[in-house]
Amino acid sequence: MNINLTLIGQTIMFAMFVWFCMKFIWPPLVEAMAARKKAIEDGLKAAELGKEEHALAQKNAEDLIETSKTQAAEIIANADKQASVMIDNAKGAASEEADKIKAQAKSELDQEVVKARNELRDQVSTLVMQGVNSVLDKEVDSKTHKDMLSKLSQSL
Amino acid sequence: MASGELTSGAYIKHHLQNLTFGKFPDGHWGFAHTSQEASDMGFMAVHVDTLGFSFVLGALFLFFFARAAKKASIEAPSGFQNFVESIVDFIDENVRGSFNGKNPLVAPLALTTFVWIVLMNTMDLVPVDWLPVLFASMGVEYLKVVPTTDPNATFGMSIGIFILILYYSIKEKGLGGFAGELTLHPFGKWMLPANLFLEGVNLLAKPVSLALRLFGNMYAGEMIFILIALLPFWIQWSLSLPWAIFHILIVLLQAFIFMTLVIVYMDMAHQKEH
Repeated sequence: MNINLTLIGQTIMFAMFVWFCMKFIWPPLVEAMAARKKAIEDGLKAAELGKEEHALAQKNAEDLIETSKTQAAEIIANADKQASVMIDNAKGAASEEADKIKAQAKSELDQEVVKARNELRDQVSTLVMQGVNSVLDKEVDSKTHKDMLSKLSQSL
Repeated sequence: MASGELTSGAYIKHHLQNLTFGKFPDGHWGFAHTSQEASDMGFMAVHVDTLGFSFVLGALFLFFFARAAKKASIEAPSGFQNFVESIVDFIDENVRGSFNGKNPLVAPLALTTFVWIVLMNTMDLVPVDWLPVLFASMGVEYLKVVPTTDPNATFGMSIGIFILILYYSIKEKGLGGFAGELTLHPFGKWMLPANLFLEGVNLLAKPVSLALRLFGNMYAGEMIFILIALLPFWIQWSLSLPWAIFHILIVLLQAFIFMTLVIVYMDMAHQKEH
């Protein structure tokens, strides 16, 4: 229990230990711990941010799907409408065309009838003329009665 | 375990004697063989056991903590690394709480005092006869294994702290400021001698109380272990076990008190205004 040189030895030893601790132990440990703390904080923050972004993206996706759905429905409705319009149009055009063709055929038929009638008339008048000629060969000069005959044939 | 030829008094005395190497009155240097020889050496002697154990314990602390510091990285720590970091965190919290100045010395100082004192105090938990008997078998006559039961160790530390208090008081407040703090409070400048006396006692009481508190607690604890060791061996456990368990608390508590007071004293040295 005597106070002696040990006192000074212990003081020097203590100073050396403190110096060593201050130089080689405390700073790296505290720095590493602070860096880790910061990394953890950043990680948590990033996770939170990621979560938020995920929720936002999900919401966006849902919105997008919703709008796509309505758009698709619109497009389909439009297409249906357009198709029915086209069908109606085609129907109208077809019936018009048919009417036209019908009318043309009718007029052609009429023309043919007129033509046939005319031919028939000519043939009948020629036939009549032949008949008349053969009957009246002697009495009627075809030349003199030609005018009368042509008038007759025209009135047929 | 007092052996037959020893009286209880001699056993206790033997346990309280440091292994002393010093200058005999006749001028030659050597180990003291009796307590009387040791005290006759006066100041020119060293306690080899105190120096040795405190150095080994301090070196252990520095070695393991330096290894942890080297391995410290941003990755998750494990095992011993975790333990070291929790201690560092604990010290850091205490320093942040009590120390308001800016000084990179204070936290490492607190860490060193805390861990070193814990380790030195823990030597008290080693059964009192193990190491002395082991060393006696190698021819060492005296051995005191707990450095903090040697006032040289505790005063050695507190003197170091005292020097730091003086240094930072003068550095932070200026010589005039520090002198003013010692002489102008608490009674104003007309009571200068009284102020100087009070503040001087206040200043000197810091290292003295620091050293004596630690020394007294550990010395008393060690003393009780020695007294328990005087009992018959089959009953010793019934007292030494509860005392050892209680002593764990004292080991940590004394180290914590010492560290906290060091931080507080350093903070006072850094305070510019009263």
